[in-house]
Formats: sequence, structure tokens, C-alpha cells
Amino acid sequence: MSTFLSSNAELIITLVKIVLLLFIVLTVNAYLTWFERKVVAHIQSRWGPHRVGPHGLLQPLADGVKFLFKEDPTPAGVDKFVFYLAPLLALALAMTSIAIIPFGPDPIHLFGHDVYLGIAPPDLNIGILALFAITALGVYGIALAGWSSNSKYPLLGGLRSSAQMISYELALTMSVVGVLLLAGSFNLRDIINAQAHHPELGILGWNVWPQILGFICFFIAAIAETNRAPFDLPEAESELVAGFHTEYASFKFAMFFIAEYTSMITVSCLCSIMFFGGWLSPFPASWTFTHYVPSVILISFGLWVIWDGIRYETVFGKIILPAAGTVITALGAVFILFPGVNAFIQAPFWLLLKIFIFLFVYVWMRGTLPRFRYDQLMAFGWKLLLPVSIVNVVLTSFAILAKMQWGAK
Amino acid sequence: MVPTNYYVILSAVLFGLGVFAFVFKRNIITIFMSIELMLNAVNLAFVAFSRAVGKLDGQVFVLFVIVVAAAEAAVGLGIIILIARNRQSLNVERVDLLKL
Amino acid sequence: MTAPLAVFFVLAGLAVIGAINLILQKHPIHSALSLIVVMVALAGLYLLMGAEFVAAVQIIVYGGAIMVLFVLVIMLLNAGVEEHTSISKLAGVPGLLLVAALAGFIAATIARSTDVVQAAQQTGDMSSTKGISNMLFRDFVYPFELTSFLILVAIMGAVVLAQREKS
Repeated sequence: MSTFLSSNAELIITLVKIVLLLFIVLTVNAYLTWFERKVVAHIQSRWGPHRVGPHGLLQPLADGVKFLFKEDPTPAGVDKFVFYLAPLLALALAMTSIAIIPFGPDPIHLFGHDVYLGIAPPDLNIGILALFAITALGVYGIALAGWSSNSKYPLLGGLRSSAQMISYELALTMSVVGVLLLAGSFNLRDIINAQAHHPELGILGWNVWPQILGFICFFIAAIAETNRAPFDLPEAESELVAGFHTEYASFKFAMFFIAEYTSMITVSCLCSIMFFGGWLSPFPASWTFTHYVPSVILISFGLWVIWDGIRYETVFGKIILPAAGTVITALGAVFILFPGVNAFIQAPFWLLLKIFIFLFVYVWMRGTLPRFRYDQLMAFGWKLLLPVSIVNVVLTSFAILAKMQWGAK
Repeated sequence: MVPTNYYVILSAVLFGLGVFAFVFKRNIITIFMSIELMLNAVNLAFVAFSRAVGKLDGQVFVLFVIVVAAAEAAVGLGIIILIARNRQSLNVERVDLLKL
Repeated sequence: MTAPLAVFFVLAGLAVIGAINLILQKHPIHSALSLIVVMVALAGLYLLMGAEFVAAVQIIVYGGAIMVLFVLVIMLLNAGVEEHTSISKLAGVPGLLLVAALAGFIAATIARSTDVVQAAQQTGDMSSTKGISNMLFRDFVYPFELTSFLILVAIMGAVVLAQREKS
């Protein structure tokens, strides 16, 4: 048994990482729905879910149970194989794209093996190209869902949505070329390390300042690619009934839902890695006291949760919230007390914080902006975004050439 | 290590299946897809030989084949749309006369 | 049976099954899905051979653009199940035999030449992306620029062909 474990150690470690990451991503998805409903509600001056558990925190659980128990009808006349395949494909592709993202630079040394944070091996030469390949295949989930539903509105919604995704995919890939020129590699770890060339600059060394045009193009194209507001015409309730997932009921609809939120998480990860320094701290490296910032943030958040929980109305909230707050405060205290652990979690903490900020911006845009009309959307993608991203590539190339010439002199 | 033979035999089998689909099927779009299958089989042979020889020329040629296949697919599907509009059928046996 | 050999047989089996399914299916959308399976299996084979850039380009361009075009056209034209006339059914069996003969001839010729085409060392030290881009922009720059012109012509052709009649 032990020889089997030691000879197949890499495989077993990867399998354990996959299962762990799957759990984490599904839980984050569930609480992302809660987060979105709360934030959009507060933007619209109302409460959002606040009955099911303290502050509505058990609402995703209620939604999950609802999805499991709802009836799942298959309409007449559908192409059964494709009807069942489409949500499966969408979910599988969205989950696969999380595998390529690195979550931390240093490996953990476990049983004599280096376990890196992130499923893909650290020397994957085509890191971001593989991500674009998976995004390119994601069009099929929507197109096939729209077609196989044997109904007008899903077909139109599916066609519009897949045309939108293909158009914005071009702008998406072109806007990243500037970052690739600066980093010189497709590997995501190399892209982050290229932003760490001047550690004393901190936040000023990130890619967003030289590539501001590329960042704007990438973010807008990514929102259109994931079919989120304000580009969500094909699936909006007030427009084409519900677009391509009209005929899909409980669990298959949940699969589309999870796929959309997972691709949202992937895009947030990509934005933070490519343009905002990934796991690099925004403070200059010489300010070593900022290594305690994660602990300070965690402890203050934990204390606020405890204080809020003590004054909560229901008994359930009075027990759960202070308990959760205590756990968070204890985590923060652990980081202060053990410097080894503190050094290790610096990088993942900053990455997770940036991902969280991007998710918040996504949800904020959904609550604030009105929708694009379909012809406006297509015109924007082809006539404005694609030329701007190409101009960005040309400008970046000239800048790199100029730097090489002046640097040689 | 997988011998290059295996890749080339697989390429030959896929090419043969593409030829069979090209001759046997009656839907224009399926015939067009069998052409893509044949091109893919040839690409596999190119990459296998590039690995055997040790140079990257084969892979560069594969990129050019993919680009040409994309251009051909775009124009070919435009023609197929026109045929479907004019003859209201996608059966290639109905498109055997110049007269409508 | 080493691990690369096992992976090769799995991917090769997937590709052949996809190609046979393309022939056996009656609805063009199922044939299109089988062709996508073939392309993804071939991309896996390219990865196995160490040609990672070609694998990524295969999935992005072939699987993510060309086949999407096919699938959208099949949806728009509302292609139904295809029908066969009696003559085409008759031609099935001799056709299969002839194609098997063709494939067998090619395969046998290849398998008999032992020294040239056996396994060689990998293209090793330079990563395939850097090497390919070096060749594309230095040795093959003229065909590379010509392909951009070719794509422009194809775009114009497709737009002109698929226009509605102005009557």
C-alpha cells in the first residue's frame, strides 16, 4: 500500500487537489450568489435575503435544496442527447478553467513532494493560451442549449449569445497580447514575476499602469464573454423570456448558473493575475511591517462580526455569528503568532483579496448599469473594442522597441 | 515513447474514414465536415514527422493548414447557405443539375 | 504498457470512434459534435507529442471557431435528418471495402519502412512556442503575411455570398 502511494504520489496529490478545489469553488459559487443578491439589493435600497439564517447566510443552502427537489421536465421534441449534453459541457468547461490558475508562488513540502498551490504544473508553457482554448469551447454549451430546446426564444437567445461570445473573444485575446509582450511568456507565474521586477515600487509596478488600455478592453470583453450585465441581453428576463435556458428547469438550470458564476471567478482571477500583480503585495517590499496587514484585516473583521452577532435579533444569529467571528479572529491571531505561516499566506491572501474586489466590481456593475441593445452590443465589440485592443498591441510593441533602443544606448 | 509509426497509421485510418464519409454521405454539410476530418488527419501526420525529424517546420506548416482550412470553411459555408436558399434542400443529389 | 502508450491508445481510440460516429449519425449536428470530439482528441495527441502550441491553436481555431461556424450554420439552415436513395445505400459496401484497402495500403507502406520513421528524440531544448514564433517571423514571414491577405479575401467572400438579395 505504501509503495503504491509513493510511486503514484503525484497522481494522488493532484486528485486530492482537484477534489479540494472543486469543493472550494462550489462553495464560493454558492456564497457568490448570496453576495450578489445582497449587494444588488443594497444598491437598490432594499434588504435582500435576510430571513434564512443570520443575514440570509443560509439562503444558498435553501436555493440548493430547492434546485434538488424541483421538477425537471424535458420538453417534447427536443434532441435528448444534445439537451442533456449542453449544461454538462458548460459546467465542465467552466470548472476546467479554474485548474490553470496558480494561487500561490511557494510550494508546500508534503511527504517529500513539492505541492504547488494550483492544479496545473508550474512550468506549463501555454498557461493563458490553454485558458483561451477552454473559453473558446464554452460557446458550444450555449449554442447547443439554445438549439436543442426546440423553441423560438431559446434558439434566438442561443444564437445571439453565441455570436456575442465569439465577437468579444477576439477583443479578449488581443487585449492580453500587450501583457504577454511585457512578460515574454504565456505562463501565468512568469507574468506575475515580470511584475515583480521592481519590488520597491509595490503597486506602481503592476501591469495595469503601462497597460491601462489593455485592462479596460480586457475587463469589458470579459464581462461580455461571461454574458453578465450590462451585456446580458440574451438571457435577461424582460427580453427573450429567459434566453437560451428557458426550457431548462431545476438542476440543469443550476448547472448553467454555476457555470456562469465560475467563469466570473475565473475572469476575476485572470484580471488580478495579469494586470494587478496577482499575489504581489501593493506595498513596497521594504515596508516589512505590512506583512501584518492580513492579520489586522482578519482580526478587525472578526471582531466586527462578533459585535454584530451579539446584537442580532434571532437566537440562532446570536450563536452562529459570534462563533464565526471568533474563528476569523483566531485565524488572524494565528498568523501573528507564527511567522512561518504568516510568510506563507501573504501571497494567497493578496490574490484572494483582489479576486474578491473584482467580483464586487462585477456585481456592482450588474446593479448599476442598464443593458446594451443587441446591435449596440455587436457594434461596440467589433467597431470600438477590437480596434482599440489592436492599437494597444501596436503601442506596446513600439514602447518595448523604444526601450530596447534607448537602453542599448 | 510512442513510435512515429503509430501516429502515421492513425492518420491513415482517419484519412480513410474521411474519404468514406465524403463519398457516402448525402448532406452537403456532412461532406464538408469530412473534408475537415481529412485535413486533421494530414495535420497529425505533419506533427508526427516534425517530432521524428526533430525540427519545427512541420508544426509551422500545420499552422498554415489550419489557417487555410478556416478560410475555406468560411467561404464554403457561404456557398452552402446560398445553395440551401436557392434549392431548399441540403441533399447533394438534388444539386446535380445546373438548372434549378 | 507505459503511461504515454496507454494515453496514446485512449486518445487514438477516441479519435477513431468519433470519426466512425461522424459516418454513422443521421443528423448533421451529431456528426458535428463527433468531429469536435475528434479534434479535441487530436489536440490531446499533439500535447502528447510535445507540440503544445499547435494543440492550443487546434482547439482555439479549429474547435472554437471553425466548428462553431459549422454548428451555427446547421442551426440556421435547420438541417434535418438526411435521407438516402437506394443507389447510395448500394454503394455503401463496395465503398467501405475500397476505403479500407486505401487506408490499409498507406498504413502498410508506412509500417514497412523501419529506419526512417521510427521514434526519434524530442524537439527538446527550445520550447515549441518560441521556436515556432522564431520560424514564423523570420523564415516564413512572407507566407505568414500572405495568410493575413487570404483571410481578408475569405471574409469579404463570405460576407458577399451570404448577403440577402437586394430586390
